[in-house]
Amino acid sequence: MEGIPLLHILILSTALFFIGIYGFFTRRNLITMLISIELILNSVNINFVAFNKYLYPQQLEGIFFNIFIIAIAAAEVSLAIAIIINLYRKFNTIDIEDTNTMKH
Amino acid sequence: MNLSILVLILPFLTFVGLAFFGKRLSGITAGIIGSISTGIISLIAAFIAFNYWVMSDGKSTMILFNFPWLTFNEHLAINMGLLLDSLSIMMVAVVTFVSFMVHLYSIEYLKGEERYGSYFAYLSLFTFSMLGLVLSVNIFQIYVFWELVGVSSFLLIGFYYQRPSAVAAAKKAFIVTRFADLGFLVGILILSFEAKTLDIPMLIERLSSPDTLTSGNIKMHMVGGLSVISIAMFLIFIGGAGKSAMFPLHIWLPDAMEGPTPVSALIHAATMVVAGVYLVARLFPVYFVLTPEVLHIISWVGIISALLAALIACTQTDIKRVLAYSTISQIGYMMFSLGITAYSHGETLGYTASLFHLFTHAFFKALLFLAAGVIIHAVHSNEVAQMGGLRKSLPTTHIAFLLATLAISGIPPLSGFFSKEAILTATHHANPVIFWLAVIGSSLTTFYMFRLYYLIFWNKPAEHHRHHEHALFSIPLIILTLGTLLNGFIPFGQFISVGLEKVQISFELGMAAVPVGGSLLAILLATLWYAKSTSYPDKFVSLLKNFYRWTYRKFYFDELYQFVTHKIIFNLIGRPIAWFDRNIVDGTMNAMAWGSMYFSQAIKRIQSGNVQSYTMYFLGGVIILLSILLYAYGYNLIN
Repeated sequence: MEGIPLLHILILSTALFFIGIYGFFTRRNLITMLISIELILNSVNINFVAFNKYLYPQQLEGIFFNIFIIAIAAAEVSLAIAIIINLYRKFNTIDIEDTNTMKH
Repeated sequence: MNLSILVLILPFLTFVGLAFFGKRLSGITAGIIGSISTGIISLIAAFIAFNYWVMSDGKSTMILFNFPWLTFNEHLAINMGLLLDSLSIMMVAVVTFVSFMVHLYSIEYLKGEERYGSYFAYLSLFTFSMLGLVLSVNIFQIYVFWELVGVSSFLLIGFYYQRPSAVAAAKKAFIVTRFADLGFLVGILILSFEAKTLDIPMLIERLSSPDTLTSGNIKMHMVGGLSVISIAMFLIFIGGAGKSAMFPLHIWLPDAMEGPTPVSALIHAATMVVAGVYLVARLFPVYFVLTPEVLHIISWVGIISALLAALIACTQTDIKRVLAYSTISQIGYMMFSLGITAYSHGETLGYTASLFHLFTHAFFKALLFLAAGVIIHAVHSNEVAQMGGLRKSLPTTHIAFLLATLAISGIPPLSGFFSKEAILTATHHANPVIFWLAVIGSSLTTFYMFRLYYLIFWNKPAEHHRHHEHALFSIPLIILTLGTLLNGFIPFGQFISVGLEKVQISFELGMAAVPVGGSLLAILLATLWYAKSTSYPDKFVSLLKNFYRWTYRKFYFDELYQFVTHKIIFNLIGRPIAWFDRNIVDGTMNAMAWGSMYFSQAIKRIQSGNVQSYTMYFLGGVIILLSILLYAYGYNLIN
C-alpha cells in the first residue's frame, strides 16, 4: 500500500475516464458505448476510494458512495439493455448511425 | 295606475312575438296584431291622462316600479322605473296615439311587402323604446332607451335594404346620432359625478332648488372659466340636438326619408325627433336655474335651424324632403322656445309653449306625412314635378293636406296657430331679435308649405281620374285632421307648466297680427306663383342665381361633412392610424414571429438524431462551464 502513491492512482482513473469518453464518441455499437460509460463510472469509483483511503482514512463516506454508484450503474445498465433490445427489434441493428430517426 | 306598466310591456311582447313568428303569419295578420296592441296602449294612455288631469289635480309626480338595476355605491345607483308626471303623460299620450294611427295606416300601405311581419315588429320595438324613454325615472334609463330608439330608427330607415340609398341613409342617421350621443353619455357621467345621483326627480331637486347656488351643497367645479355643470348640460343638449336634427347635426333627417312613408310620419315627424326637445324639457329646471348660458346657446341653435331648414325647404322638389326640412324648422321653434326662457327674467311661458307646439305639431306633421304617403302611393313618385292637379282625384287627402298646411302656417283657428302664437308671444317678451327671425321663419314656412300644396294639387289642370283612397288611409287622415282642428282649443297651460302654478296662455291681437299677416302675404305670394304654372318662380330664381343654388344644394352641408369626414378625418387621422396599426403594431408582432421562425430554421440542424453529437455538445458545455468556474474561483481551491 505504501508503495503506490495517490498520484499514480489518480493518473489511472483519469486514463480510464478518457478511455471511456473516447470509446463513447468513437464506437458505433451501442453495447460498446454502454461499456464505455461503465468505464467512466468506474474511474469515478476509483477516485472515491483512493481519496477516502489517502486523505480521510478514519471515515467511510467514499466507500458508501462507491456502493451507491455501483447500484445505480446496475440499474442504468438494465434500462440501457432494455432500450437496446427494443431498438434492435425495431431497426434490426444496434448501430448508432442507423437509429437516428428522432430528429428535426 | 299600475296599469301603466302595460304601456311598456304590450309593445315589447308584440315586438318579440312578431320578430319570431312574423314570417309565418299570412296576409295582414301581423299588421292587425300590431295595431290592436298599439290601440290598447293608446286607450290605456288616454285612461292614464284622464285619471291624471281630470280625476286628480294633475300636478303630482308618481314613481312606479322603481327598482335598482345597477348599484355602484350607496349614493349612486341606476334605477329602472316609471316616472309619471304631466310631461311624461302628455308624451305617452301623443306617442301612443300617433303610433296607433301609423299602425292602422301601415296595414294597407305595406300590404304585399315581403318583410311585412318584420316591419310591424320594428314599429313595436320603436313604440316600446320611445315610451320607455319618456317614462324613464333615471337619466341613465333615458340613455338606454335613447339608444334603442336609435336602433329601431336605423332598422326602419333601412327597411328597403336592397336600395343602396336606404342603406346609406340608415347608416348616416345612426352614425350622426351616435356621434351626438357620445356627448350625451359624457354629459350624464359628469352630471352624475357632480350631483351624486342619476335619479331625475332627485337630480332636479338637488340642482335647481333656489339655495343650490348659495348653500354649497353642490360644489361648483370650474374648468377654463366654465362651470363643469354648464359643460355637462351642454353635452347633454348635444345628444338632444343629434336626435332632434338641430343645426349642425341636421344632415341625417332629410336622408332618413328613404324609409317607408308611415315611418317618416311616426319617427321623423311626430315622435323620435322630439326626443331632444323632451330631454331639454325634462331637465329644464336645471337648465333654467343653474345654466342659463346653455339655454342661450339652445335658443340660437333653435332659431338658426328653424330659418336654415325653412330656406332649404323652399327649394326642394321631393315632397318628403320638403316635409323633413319643415320638421327640422318646427323643432327649431320648440328648441328656441325652451331656450328663450333664459332671457325672460324668470317667466317660463316658453316652456309651456314649446311643449304645446310639440303636441300640435305631432298631429299635423303626422297628418302631412300620411297624406304625402297616399299621394306617393297614387303617383308612384316623390317628385312634385310628377304631381299636380290632384285635387279632384284625391279629395279626402286634399282636404286633410290643406288643413294641415294651414295649421303649420299658423292660420287661426287651427291648432298650429295657438301653439306658434304662444311661442312667439313668449319670444317677444324675451328677445326681440329672435322674435323677428321667428316671424320671418314662420312666413317662410307658410310659403314653402303652400308652394308644396299648390304643386301637388293645383298647378296643372285637374285630373278627373279618381284614385282609390283606401279606408285604412282615410280613417287615420280624418282622425288626425280632427286633432289638427281641435287641439288648439285645449287649455294647455293648465296641464303643463314648470313647477306647480298654472300658466295662462293669452293672445294679444297686436301680437297675433304680425305673424298671421306675414303668413297671409306668403299664401298670397305662393298662390300667385304656383296656383297655375307661371314663370315667376323661374324669374325669381334667375335673379338670385347663386343664392338659390346654395339653398338648393342645402348650403353644401352634406358636402362639408363629406369633406370633413373623408378628406380630413380619414386622411389625416384614419390613414396614419391605419398605417401605424398595419406597420408598427402588426409589424412588431410579425417581425417577432419571422425572427423566431428563421432562428429555429437555423438551429434545427443541431437536433440531428445522433446521440453522440448530443453528448459532444453536452461535454463541450460542461468543459466551458468548468473552465469558467475554475477561472473565477480556482484560487479558492488552491489556497
